[in-house]
Amino acid sequence: MNPARKRQIRLTTALTCAVLLAGALMYTSFSASSEAVTPRTLLASAKPGQSYQLTGKVVDGSIDKNRDGMTFRVREREGSQSVPVSYTGAVPDPFRDGREIIITVRKDAGNMFVGERDSLVTKCPSKFTNEEKSPDGKAPPEGFTY
Amino acid sequence: MATVGKAALIFALAVAVYGVVVSLVGARTRRRDLVDSGRNAVYALAALTTLAFVLLEVAFLRSDFTFKTVAEHSSTTTPTFYKASASWSSQEGSLLLWLFLLSLWSAAILFATRRRMRDVAPYATAILLGFGAFFAGLLVFSASPFQTLGVAPSEGAGLNPLLRHPSMMIHPPMLYAGYTLFAVPFAFAAGALIARRVDAEWIGVTRRYSLAAWFFLGIGILLGARWSYSELGWGGYWAWDPVENASLLPWLTGTAFLHSVMIQEKRGMLKVWNASLVLATGVLCVLGTFLVRSGILDSIHAFGASTLGVPFVTLIGLMIAGSVWLVTTRRDVLRSEHKLDSAFSRESVFLANNVVLVGVAFVVFWGTFFPLISEAVTGTKSAVGPPWFDQYTVPLVIALVFLSGIGPVIAWRRQTRATARKSFLWPAVAGIGTLVVLLPFGVFDRPAAWLMFGAGALVTGTVVQEFARGVRARRAMSSESVPVALVSLVRRNRRRYGGYIIHLGMALLFVGVAASSAFEEAKDARLSPGQAVNVDGYTLTYAKPTARIDSEAGRIERIVFGAELRVTKDGEAVGVLKPSRGFYPPDDRTFAANPIASFFEGEATSEVAMDAGLRKDLWTAVSPDVGALDGRIRALDEGFTKGIAQAGDQIAPAQVGALIGQALNSVLRSYTDDPPPATFRVIASPMVTWIWLGGIIVFLGAIVSMWPPPKGATRRADAKLLARVSRELGRA
Repeated sequence: MNPARKRQIRLTTALTCAVLLAGALMYTSFSASSEAVTPRTLLASAKPGQSYQLTGKVVDGSIDKNRDGMTFRVREREGSQSVPVSYTGAVPDPFRDGREIIITVRKDAGNMFVGERDSLVTKCPSKFTNEEKSPDGKAPPEGFTY
Repeated sequence: MATVGKAALIFALAVAVYGVVVSLVGARTRRRDLVDSGRNAVYALAALTTLAFVLLEVAFLRSDFTFKTVAEHSSTTTPTFYKASASWSSQEGSLLLWLFLLSLWSAAILFATRRRMRDVAPYATAILLGFGAFFAGLLVFSASPFQTLGVAPSEGAGLNPLLRHPSMMIHPPMLYAGYTLFAVPFAFAAGALIARRVDAEWIGVTRRYSLAAWFFLGIGILLGARWSYSELGWGGYWAWDPVENASLLPWLTGTAFLHSVMIQEKRGMLKVWNASLVLATGVLCVLGTFLVRSGILDSIHAFGASTLGVPFVTLIGLMIAGSVWLVTTRRDVLRSEHKLDSAFSRESVFLANNVVLVGVAFVVFWGTFFPLISEAVTGTKSAVGPPWFDQYTVPLVIALVFLSGIGPVIAWRRQTRATARKSFLWPAVAGIGTLVVLLPFGVFDRPAAWLMFGAGALVTGTVVQEFARGVRARRAMSSESVPVALVSLVRRNRRRYGGYIIHLGMALLFVGVAASSAFEEAKDARLSPGQAVNVDGYTLTYAKPTARIDSEAGRIERIVFGAELRVTKDGEAVGVLKPSRGFYPPDDRTFAANPIASFFEGEATSEVAMDAGLRKDLWTAVSPDVGALDGRIRALDEGFTKGIAQAGDQIAPAQVGALIGQALNSVLRSYTDDPPPATFRVIASPMVTWIWLGGIIVFLGAIVSMWPPPKGATRRADAKLLARVSRELGRA
């Protein structure tokens, strides 16, 4: 076989492999992904056993720590509809009332959403945000020394 | 001071725009005076942005709250060490840092090439100044760091407590140094394509900048991982978060570029590939800078400055369109001078290494942007998690480490059977031997880790063999002692042996990643004093609670609750670990309503305690249940508020401060006297230290590679330069 033909066959084989691999990657990304949802959509259409990536804010005063982990409620970013979540695993430092979180959950037989172990991420606050905040008036009065 | 800063940025913008115009006109008309003027504009840009950056740093160090950005990102209680880094924790400060670094590198490369590449440099100048004009424009019109407040507050909001870590002081400047340094090879590659001068000279001229970009970006990524491991309280160092991935993408394509340019330099091949890689790397650097500001992807980092979206997307669009146009219209001059002679050659291994690196980059890119892709395709936003990333990147990285063990010993053009045995015997013995030796240690259920150990051993065998051969050859020639021969070997072949050191470091790093991911044991436990938890053969007993107040500049910086954990193994004492959690008062606490409770309503950060070693890290974090103190705090607040109301004006502010101090001390005492159960996370993770150690070795290798060659070599290079200048003059 002449070298040019040999090179052409090699190139075609390599490109076919690359296309097949890329196709597999794209296909699995769709089948392995979790739908990103808010509490409202979860309440309306969650199916038991299916995995969802829930985004929302922690309801004030809803965090309840227990021996096995904790439960809390997640609400809409701009709204009051909320869902209960039970969770076991690593809790990021910024996690607290009112903080925006992302967590992978599955609906159990009841109305509780069970968080996947170690899937809780809490958004790091303040950095690069454009929220207007004036520090005026928020600091302690002049002369305080604590 | 703010006015001077604003003026410096306006002048910087004007100078950059002027420089773009004169450089392009100078290149087209071949007028040397205009080209020189364009280069001088780069020097002026560097001087003006340096002035602006210094002014902003001074404002932060002086806690000058008339500056809006200082008031929002620093405070008097922020330790001085962190005040300096608070400037780049803001949107506007980080953009100024980008511009400052870009202008410095631009000035350095254009000074170095002031008598070289006269056809390419003016276009590169225009492109670099174009970036400068873009960032100066953002700083003047959208995100000014010199915006002032009408009335300066007495106290600022403070630096986010999570960012108060030494790694965070250096991490952003390192990333930005990497991003901005990659702008240099991008600009020269684009300039070379515009000028249709695609020999390897632009690669040689920008080689150190490419390597430095890779070096700094790598340090930034590693410091981020270290910060995540030791500060974020979850015990991991990589989470496949979009912002992490954004910095990894240009590093991956940059790594591919650093390897493939060697083939262009040696054999005049892969020109289209190299040009495409460096242009893609430049685009990915700007994409990374944009991603952390866009809020377009859900990330652990809540970045939400959408006002910069349109300009950034426009710039990225222009860069992509320009790059595609340049590569497609210059195909004729980008043709390879040679063809691959054999699949068993160094060129082929480098090509395979490039395919794997670009494959990893594609996986990371696809996974990172999958929420946008899925929304466009299916109308539903979905995301892929770490298991999906691992599924593809793990086998690719094993292949990459394997190739990095083969590449240095395989011959250029064609590996013959006769020399193969000599080249591969010892590396193969090391690799296969390690796989065999590990067989009895239960590695079958973790095949990826097992293969990575084998690949790591292969790389180590290759590197040791190459150093041993080099030293032997030197000693045969010069009769030097082994250490002297080793030093002179590296000194005379810095690029080659620096590369070997980098390969060794990367192998150690990935062996650490494989071991710590595959054999980690983690446990969460809620313990009262006296209770214990067992992890990986260690027994950790909650010995006693701890509590203290940390002050800075006479004011409370944070309240720290922690624990002492007594660690034993097989009944033998190992040591005491003291994890803690710091509670920072919020910047918007309302003193009148609940002065004591307000101290616990801000951010809280973990102070991790570790027993780190080459074999294993025992990592602990504690989450004290401060909710159990609510009753005590509420009672104190009520009593305190009543007392203050009764005292009226008769009580001085200093006395109020002292009373609050006493109240807080009583809260701390009640925590230590009657401690509620605390939640602990304990992780026994093998060989994590290898990751940091490997990283350090990689960076040492990069320094060796970047270090200027010995004087003799410079003289040879000067002679080459003289010859080239003579040729250019002859052509002119």
